Amino acid sequence: MNDMGSEVFARAVTEGFSRRDFMKVCSAAAAAVGLPAWAGEKMAENAAKGKKPSVVWLHFQECTGCTESLLRTSHPDVGALILDLVSLDYHETLFAAAGKQIEAALETAKHAGGYVLVVEGAIPKKQDGIYCIVGGKKAVDSLVECAEKAAAIICIGSCASWGGVPSAAPNPTEAVGVPQILKEKGIDKPTVTLPGCPANPYNLLGTVLQFATFGTLPKLDGKGRPLFAYGRVIHEDCPRRPHFDAGRFAQAYGDDGHRNGHCLYKLGCKGPQTHANCSLLHFCEVPGAWPIGIGHPCVGCTEQGVAFNVPIHQNLPIDKPTAPMAYPGTNEPQGAVGPIAAGVAGLAIGAVVGAGFVASKKLSKEEEQ
Amino acid sequence: MTTFTRRDVLKVVAATGAAAAVVDVDVAEAREPHPVKADDLGMLFDSTRCVGCRACQTECREANELPSDRKAANGAEYDAPLDLNGTTKNVIKLAQGEGDTAYMKAQCMHCADPACVSVCMAGALHKVKGGVVAYDKNTCVGCRYCQIGCAFNVPKFQWFTAVPVIVKCELCRHRGERGAACAEVCPREAVVYGKRGELLAEAKRRLAAEPEKYAQKVYGETDGGGMNVLYVTSRKVSFAALGLPNLPEHPLPQMSETVQHGLYKHGIAPIALWTAVTVMQLRARKKDEAGHGHGEGK
Repeated sequence: MNDMGSEVFARAVTEGFSRRDFMKVCSAAAAAVGLPAWAGEKMAENAAKGKKPSVVWLHFQECTGCTESLLRTSHPDVGALILDLVSLDYHETLFAAAGKQIEAALETAKHAGGYVLVVEGAIPKKQDGIYCIVGGKKAVDSLVECAEKAAAIICIGSCASWGGVPSAAPNPTEAVGVPQILKEKGIDKPTVTLPGCPANPYNLLGTVLQFATFGTLPKLDGKGRPLFAYGRVIHEDCPRRPHFDAGRFAQAYGDDGHRNGHCLYKLGCKGPQTHANCSLLHFCEVPGAWPIGIGHPCVGCTEQGVAFNVPIHQNLPIDKPTAPMAYPGTNEPQGAVGPIAAGVAGLAIGAVVGAGFVASKKLSKEEEQ
Repeated sequence: MTTFTRRDVLKVVAATGAAAAVVDVDVAEAREPHPVKADDLGMLFDSTRCVGCRACQTECREANELPSDRKAANGAEYDAPLDLNGTTKNVIKLAQGEGDTAYMKAQCMHCADPACVSVCMAGALHKVKGGVVAYDKNTCVGCRYCQIGCAFNVPKFQWFTAVPVIVKCELCRHRGERGAACAEVCPREAVVYGKRGELLAEAKRRLAAEPEKYAQKVYGETDGGGMNVLYVTSRKVSFAALGLPNLPEHPLPQMSETVQHGLYKHGIAPIALWTAVTVMQLRARKKDEAGHGHGEGK
């Protein structure tokens, strides 16, 4: 199933778009993000009835890596996504419009309300937030205005989730993540955070398509991260885990261990501390295209306090160690008495017996007197 | 004679012994064994299915909030207990059989008539609902008789803690309906949790379905009076290789309790002996005073 959406889209331009083609796109989208088969139909239904959810995408202190990462998906193809499945009502990278036209688009979307607000990038707080101004408006103000009328808020990438790269020490702009701003301003909306640098785009697609089809958000953990993607640490699902358990490590880049694909723990891998699904869902749809897969230790890009904070080649202690690839035997000999212990015990017993004998002799002597 | 001699002592002991035997002859039969119950909770471990993943070991730690047995090796940290110990209630060991290797899951066997319950002088180890051998740390005095009494060496004392307790599997009774954590997490259903009667039937079904693969015995069915944790193994790895001792069919505490209950029944023998010795002492003292005017000095 390669690039089916593009195929369909291309054909649609020249030959017209049939309902069948549309169903194909919806089913592919549903399957790719793990929704059940009938969800594709429901998606198509909703789209046909003109019930495509509105999506407003804001960019703040970011590198646009998360958007770029989304552009490299094909299940569904971004074209099919933004033209058939959702109504993308504001996006600075993907819009053809600019200047007053694009600002008008944002105003229209805000006025309508009930959209899914996707935020990419951190928000600076220093000096009232003047360090990020888009279209003459401060990031913090823009966020607050859009958040107030949103149905749900999705923070894509570590920057929007907890501050990311801009928040690295000394954090000169006082960059923070979206949840913190919302908390400070007292805005209470269903918020999903999708950390990662970049976040895996399928985590976003899964969340958005679930919302588009069912109106619900996936189950979240304490930090607002969907459990389907961030419920486990990299270490738990890493394909190099058997090497870790057996004690086979790469000691330096390019050595035999590294060339043989051994565990990268000793090079500073943060896998044991990092909640993410990169080991299961690779990037750019190329199998093996993820940091550990190409031979670089995980840097913990989803975890606040680890990424851009703990040096890349420094290890952190493992919270819950598990068994190594070695087993104790059954029928091991139980502890035996050592020779010194036996000697000491013998002396003690001998002394007691001897003393008892002497005492009894003394008693007999007294008897005779 | 003014003092009592060795001969007098032997006379008294013999007399008391004879008296006690006469009184107790009717209760000198074996003590009734506690029967196995089909409704008791237990587990079935099939060593042919275990792949040694140790998910059960890890999950047991989590479910019981036990700290890991941290050992560093090659620059990484692992959880590597070598046996059951003060922080490990369940451990997987590698068994070397005659023709093959297999994995063995070691934990409390939850005997129908447990030796540890019998020897526990404070009653801290006791059977609760479902036949689970439970431990009450508030009653325990730390004598460690249970450690010596258990044929499988299961209860472990916390040697290196200031306020130690005995540690052993209690079938996750604190989890209520969910039952044993190890059985819940096993990816191959090598260990399953349920009622003993059903588990025994399942074990026998497996033995009958593949008689060339399985050794035709369910360990724990009658061994040591029966236990609630049952084991089946392949013909190539014997129960002895798994570390399971060869036990007689009667429960382990049967003989010891018979002797003890016989000797100390209603306290007749001790009281008789004590009375006899006291009487002897008093008589000896009287004789002494009557004789020389001063008794045996101490």
